[in-house]
Amino acid sequence: MTNTEKSEGYKQYLWQKKKKYTILFWQMFLTVGFIGIWELLARYEIVNTFLVSSPSQIYKLFISYVADGSLFKHVGISVWETILGFTLGTLLGIIIAIFLWWSETLAKILDPVLVVLNALPKTALAPILIVWAGAGIQGIVVTAITISIVTTILSAYNYFIHVDEDKIKMLKSFGASKMQILTKLILPANVANIINIVKINIGLSWVGVIVGEFLVSRYGIGYLIVYGGQVFRLDLVMMGVAVLAICAFIMYSIVNVIEKYISQKE
Amino acid sequence: MTYIVEMKNVNQSFYTDSSEIQVLENFNLKLNSGRILAIIGPSGSGKTTILNILTSLIKPTGGEVIINGKIGYMFQKDHLLEWRNIIDNITIGLEIQKKLNDEAMQKIERLLKIYDLWEFRKNYPKQLSGGMRQRVALIRTLATSPDLLLLDEPFSALDYQTRLLVSNDIYKIIKNEHKEAILVTHDISEAISIADEVCVLSKRPAAVKKMYNIELTIEGEKTPLNARKAPEFKDYFDALWKELDVYD
Ligand SMILES: Nc1ncnc2c1ncn2[C@@H]1O[C@H](COP(=O)(O)OP(=O)(O)OP(=O)(O)O)[C@@H](O)[C@H]1O
Ligand SMILES: [Mg+2]
Repeated sequence: MTNTEKSEGYKQYLWQKKKKYTILFWQMFLTVGFIGIWELLARYEIVNTFLVSSPSQIYKLFISYVADGSLFKHVGISVWETILGFTLGTLLGIIIAIFLWWSETLAKILDPVLVVLNALPKTALAPILIVWAGAGIQGIVVTAITISIVTTILSAYNYFIHVDEDKIKMLKSFGASKMQILTKLILPANVANIINIVKINIGLSWVGVIVGEFLVSRYGIGYLIVYGGQVFRLDLVMMGVAVLAICAFIMYSIVNVIEKYISQKE
Repeated sequence: MTYIVEMKNVNQSFYTDSSEIQVLENFNLKLNSGRILAIIGPSGSGKTTILNILTSLIKPTGGEVIINGKIGYMFQKDHLLEWRNIIDNITIGLEIQKKLNDEAMQKIERLLKIYDLWEFRKNYPKQLSGGMRQRVALIRTLATSPDLLLLDEPFSALDYQTRLLVSNDIYKIIKNEHKEAILVTHDISEAISIADEVCVLSKRPAAVKKMYNIELTIEGEKTPLNARKAPEFKDYFDALWKELDVYD
């Protein structure tokens, strides 16, 4: 017998599927609508284009920056600084978290420092860091690292010490050393958590890079934005923000793909 | 005569800021080779503590512990690592002890085949039932070739029916591999059906209140399932029940 009559559950499933497209449609509609209205308001001078610019103006600017290649230089530098910032911030943070996990005494000694650093808005340190590390890429990368490393240490350490005590006992009953407990249990048990830390650090690292570029740089997306602000070219500022959003989104998507790949393997 | 395990006047106290708990006071225990000993006693009396001392997970405050042979510890929960498949879960003990060789792999292969887990060797723990997971945990322990198995309520996470079947399996594994075992349990009938000797603990601080040699009349080979049908079963049950009941 062939089942021509769709079951309730299957109908439900198809409906859910359709709903997904409805959501996508509305997302597109709102985006296009927003840009369209903005453009119309600007074109008929209902809003002040000096303050809000217009999509076509921003697009033209974007094309000219692409055409002379300078956009790629700015994006390239910012992306490179961000990648350095979050990989170093994540790696160093996790290594320090491992040391804290290894020695409870060390963790207790450093606890107040970490708590204070965590509460402090790290961007306040940026001017000092840049003076110390140098007013180039180094200073900006150090700022990006500083912003992501403290939360990395705290959350990774927290994940590490909350691995099931009984599983540690199980490994110990086989005579496992502390190093073996680390490599065979603590780290593999926290792969998903570490990916989450990376995701958070991408965002934090961008904050560090943009702040750093505001302060010292002559290149980068942060520089474009701050320069645009200084010469009252708000179309430049808005293009910078849009490019920044796209870059952050792409990085985030790459990590998402990696995450999917890893969880599929498991 | 030498014993597999001998605990002589072992004392164990735990200290907290506000108090001191004495868990074991002059505790003595002996286990002959080839025997399965069950330990039953009230909750909190110190059964897990005894096993932890035997595995050197904790060092006793006083007394002497002599162990002739290598110990394998099986916990109440299976503690399988979700990110490793079944084979890799089983080999973890050997990896730690750096004894993962062809001979060991052949042994594991044999155990997996005997205990119906061979098709599942590439699966992950979450794809297995509770009873299968428990058998995997046992094979993980057996893979390191221990002489003495310590089992801490290994069946308590299972539903009753699975529990009977798995304890039957595990009994067979222990006897087939000619191991000694110490089994901690709350379940009186489980103790009688599996063990050769049952040791009843007193309330904390724990001492051996009474030892029973379990001798059951069984036709054919003993298994935990047919042990429950032996005529003496009920008498042992009543006797042990009384021993435990006295405290309340
Ligand atoms: N590390 C520890 N620190 C402090 N007290 C402990 C520690 N381990 C066990 N105890 C105490 O020792 C006593 C005996 O514990 P144990 O786990 O050996 O009991 P048990 O007989 O296994 O109980 P159950 O049947 O509930 O598993 C308990 O009162 C427990 O609170
Ligand atoms: Mg216990």
